[in-house]
Amino acid sequence: MTTVGDGVLVQANGLVKRFGEFTAVGGIDVAVRKGEAFGFLGPNGAGKSSTMRMVACVSPRTEGELSVLGMDPDRDGPRIRARLGVVPQLDNLDTELTVRQNLQVYGRYFGLSRATVRAKATELMEFAQLSERADDEVEPLSGGMKRRLTIARSLVNDPELLLLDEPTTGLDPQARHLLWDKLYRLKQQGVTLIITTHFMDEAEQLCDRLVVMDHSRIVAEGAPSALIKQYSTREVLELRFNPGEQQDALDNGVADLVERIEVLPDRLLLYTENGESTLETAHAKGIRPLSSLVRRSTLEDVFLRLTGRSLVD
Amino acid sequence: MPQVSAPTTQATGRVVRSPHAAWLRVEGHWQWYRRHWHSTLFSSIAQPILFLVAMGMGFGSQVEPSEATRNLPYLVYLAPAMLVVGALQNAVGESSYPVLSGFKWQKDYWAVTATPITPGQLLAGQQIWIALVIGFNGCAFVLIATLLGAVQSPGILLSLLAMVLTGMACSAPVVALAATVTNDGNAFNGIFRFVVMPMTLFSGTFFPVSQLPEWAQPVVWLSPLWHGTELSRAAAFGGAEFGPVFGHVAYLVGLFALGIWLARWRFRRRLVV
Repeated sequence: MTTVGDGVLVQANGLVKRFGEFTAVGGIDVAVRKGEAFGFLGPNGAGKSSTMRMVACVSPRTEGELSVLGMDPDRDGPRIRARLGVVPQLDNLDTELTVRQNLQVYGRYFGLSRATVRAKATELMEFAQLSERADDEVEPLSGGMKRRLTIARSLVNDPELLLLDEPTTGLDPQARHLLWDKLYRLKQQGVTLIITTHFMDEAEQLCDRLVVMDHSRIVAEGAPSALIKQYSTREVLELRFNPGEQQDALDNGVADLVERIEVLPDRLLLYTENGESTLETAHAKGIRPLSSLVRRSTLEDVFLRLTGRSLVD
Repeated sequence: MPQVSAPTTQATGRVVRSPHAAWLRVEGHWQWYRRHWHSTLFSSIAQPILFLVAMGMGFGSQVEPSEATRNLPYLVYLAPAMLVVGALQNAVGESSYPVLSGFKWQKDYWAVTATPITPGQLLAGQQIWIALVIGFNGCAFVLIATLLGAVQSPGILLSLLAMVLTGMACSAPVVALAATVTNDGNAFNGIFRFVVMPMTLFSGTFFPVSQLPEWAQPVVWLSPLWHGTELSRAAAFGGAEFGPVFGHVAYLVGLFALGIWLARWRFRRRLVV
């Protein structure tokens, strides 16, 4: 095992998790540094959540080395958990308690005094914009409010490392942007974040560095911009056709215009350094799409390249 | 602009020692109870009292005190036994759906074990809470029974101990079951119908088990309710002998220990995967 260097909060070497015959995590190497926002990107079933549960010290590893905050989860689970914040994929709030009670009761499990959790609850409700619902039961709150409360709850012990498992799945766009703002602020304050997501925009917004997981393994690693540079072109030309005409365009040699093309069920993605000029060339060849769009490459294109399939499923 | 104070330096969380950790769970249950106690009153206190009134005062008015009722009025004879029946019903009620919910619907057990609290401490907290609920309901029952004239000696306070012990002996195995089932808890309906019901009818609560056919007697010995009822009446009416009392206590403690052992195993298997 490489030694845990200064400022490395999570270090995994050859980390494996098996459930019987099934391999959820097939030997991954990861190092998360202090103060960064680190992402696990991948489709459902890629092994992101299994990895998160091992880091959260609630799932013993099958093989390999894992160190969290410089300690071994197998030996020091409770000591590590005392310094972590965990936002699970599904909210597990106590829906029959009030917003305030949820925060106070949870804080007590971290050994905080009654006075401390009382003050902390008030502060966190302010942070999560839930002060007005402080003494309401959780059950009738909206999905976005419950999610914000779950995140607020995860901060009750001022964690050094915050683990967020698909923090915005199932939320409407406004609620997502509000949450991103909260997470961004935490990052600004120096909290180390580990985020799993299958949303590209989320990863690009929040993560300094990420790994792409597919079939229980890491297939790429780097900063979002570096990954885009490495695995995609500067621009993407999207062409939509009338149903049935997409194949005609392919027969017409549209693929020869660029180095790489992705054929999606509803459109073609042409990877190019200059979208407008590629579009002109296509027109000149007599290719008549229903609509066209030139955009910059995103992580989604990286993902398509690496795994050969669309990520948002 | 609201800011979260000083999260970067050092987390404020720390590991809490075991008994205290379990107690923090009890605090959590108490926060729930403070808001929702009224929703539990009927099944926990009113139901055994209704039985005591219907059987003890209604049906009992037709029963002459005899050797079978230890020469006591039927209402008085019934009270310590009904106390233990209440413990059985409360124990199964508190140990079944509420525990399954922690794993399956509310999922708050997963939230708790993401903190420094371990599955074992979580289980301990749950069991202590159930014991407190059973004990509290028992006290309420004794108070009301006394007002109804069903209590003649302070020995019934000792019966409360027998009651809590019986409740825990019934609770722990059901908690283990609740930590095992993954469906919507159909198994609990089976427990209520085929275990709790017949146990309530044939454990010497309403009539001495000596009235049962001979082949049925060894089956009765398996019933924790019978052991609890024997203890409870011995405490309330006196005349206990060391041998039988020791046997009853040993059986109930054994059942409790077995249940806890199974529950610990199931909690860990389910929460640490």
